[in-house]
Amino acid sequence: MTAGTVRVWRSRDERIALRWHRRPAMAAATLLLLLIPLGVVALLTGSFDIGPAELWATLTGQGEPTVARVLGTIRVPRLVGGIVVGAALGVSGAVFQTISRNPLGSPDIIGFVTGAATGAVVAILVFEAPPGIVSLAAVCSGMLTAVLVGALSLRGGTAGGYRLVLVGIGVGALLGAVNDLLLTRSQRDDAIAAQIWLVGTLNGRGWAEVLPTVIAVAILIPALLLMRRGLAALELGDGMARQVGAPVTIVRLGTIAIAVGLAAFATATAGPIAFVALAAPQLVARVGRSSSVPLVGSAAMGAVLLVGADLLSQHLPLSLSAPVGLVTGVLGGVYLLWLLSRGR
Amino acid sequence: MNTPSRLVAASIRLAYEHRVVVPDLDVRIPDGGFTVIVGPNACGKSTLLRALARLLTPERGTVLLDERALSAYRSKEVARALALLPQAVVAPDGIAVMDLVARGRFPHQRLLRQWTTSDAEAVNRALEATGVADLADRRVDELSGGQRQRVLLAMTLAQETDILLLDEPTTFLDMTHQIEVLELCRELHGEGRTIVAVLHDINQACRYATHLVAMRDGEIIAEGAPSELITAELVEQVFGLRARVIADPVTATPLVIPLAGWEAVR
Repeated sequence: MTAGTVRVWRSRDERIALRWHRRPAMAAATLLLLLIPLGVVALLTGSFDIGPAELWATLTGQGEPTVARVLGTIRVPRLVGGIVVGAALGVSGAVFQTISRNPLGSPDIIGFVTGAATGAVVAILVFEAPPGIVSLAAVCSGMLTAVLVGALSLRGGTAGGYRLVLVGIGVGALLGAVNDLLLTRSQRDDAIAAQIWLVGTLNGRGWAEVLPTVIAVAILIPALLLMRRGLAALELGDGMARQVGAPVTIVRLGTIAIAVGLAAFATATAGPIAFVALAAPQLVARVGRSSSVPLVGSAAMGAVLLVGADLLSQHLPLSLSAPVGLVTGVLGGVYLLWLLSRGR
Repeated sequence: MNTPSRLVAASIRLAYEHRVVVPDLDVRIPDGGFTVIVGPNACGKSTLLRALARLLTPERGTVLLDERALSAYRSKEVARALALLPQAVVAPDGIAVMDLVARGRFPHQRLLRQWTTSDAEAVNRALEATGVADLADRRVDELSGGQRQRVLLAMTLAQETDILLLDEPTTFLDMTHQIEVLELCRELHGEGRTIVAVLHDINQACRYATHLVAMRDGEIIAEGAPSELITAELVEQVFGLRARVIADPVTATPLVIPLAGWEAVR
């Protein structure tokens, strides 16, 4: 099966002439619509339940101040955080899997997310930094890790797919060990704070943590969409991409920089969330059968996965409000095994 | 040589990371010709093709298109004048034939002008010309090797260029499909396109080429019409193989029969 029916839209003078496949477009639209019920449930439920009427009253500015405060400072930022972090991770994964031509070449597997976490752990444990600095440290160390992995996997001018994945896994394992070492060497309270951060959670994330990622997503995803045709050209190999006139080096460096940025910001907000970047592009490719790099679909799928997993984590019968990173880790692990068992 | 040439390489030196493959080479690609480059493995023929398609920048010398250096053009401008089909093109997973062929339209498209009427027409013409129109909705990874190669040629044709550069378009194909692809190239040449192909089979080269370029160790040993060019001496000089050259009973072009090991039988 292929992506199937094609739709074409042209303005009369053909200055705008677009072509898209119905199925992937429908898949992306459905996923985006799915966020509405998920979002409503996320706003209504939590440590205490809010009725739909109360929610409506608050949204129209007539609700009780306590409810308004809970929504405005806890649930809305948490929901927005889930959406933007999931979208950022999904898109980042789509870019890396395309560039490395390998489903395992996603930022959570090749060490970038672990690297971002190392920055945060160092900031928490060594410098006892406030949350803003922790986020900044996560973004910076995520990008540094990307530069390190990129430099190590470069050989003869090109970073090959397998080499990138192997070097990335190696660097990720090393940094994971550093994270653990720092944990075992630290004071108990700090260690717990860092440990929670290391699992990845949206618990207690307010606007201060969420807003930077909202801004990053609002700028970086549109920028990426501008480079989408070039990225699609790269899918056919460097030779083919260059011969049709795509600016190969600019597209590769530009899209990688954006994808690293997205993964780093997402990690700064929510900690190292496992598997969303790996699974979202793969799932959306199966649902939508896209014939091109599914950027919007991966963003929508990432958002749905993370908001859904966060809801699940709050409502698990364990009643201990498991961090969302654990839920995505378990779901992602199952998915990965399924993927491997199908011989891909 | 007085035939006009839009594509010319002037004393180019080609190297990968300081390993010189082609030390100093001049070549003029005859307009409207079917040029075939032959030579032993690692003689620099694919490297030359890559340089002609600006995928490799010469260390010295220039490749000229319409008397202007390739490097002076915008990359998309070059892509509207000449197209290269590289050796190993990996089609994305699950892509449909139509969508892959449409990728050839890249140099004609812009951010918001992705699918004008002329894009659609060019893709349809390319599908028709290569005889894969009825496969348009099939997945590329379900096709046979010969069909796949024709689809890739269609993608290159959709680029609508006067000059087509084909790097070993028949490798990995069985004999029937090899001939099919070469016949297709001959048709395209008959329609007025300039074709440059790297081929391994010297007999096929003799049959289809109007202009043959024989390379060895990064140098052109001889070039010209196959029937004037191919002799037992040249084959030995280029390939290091003792052979007898007879006339192809079907096309009367030179037919190279290797002698290695069988001299006594002669």
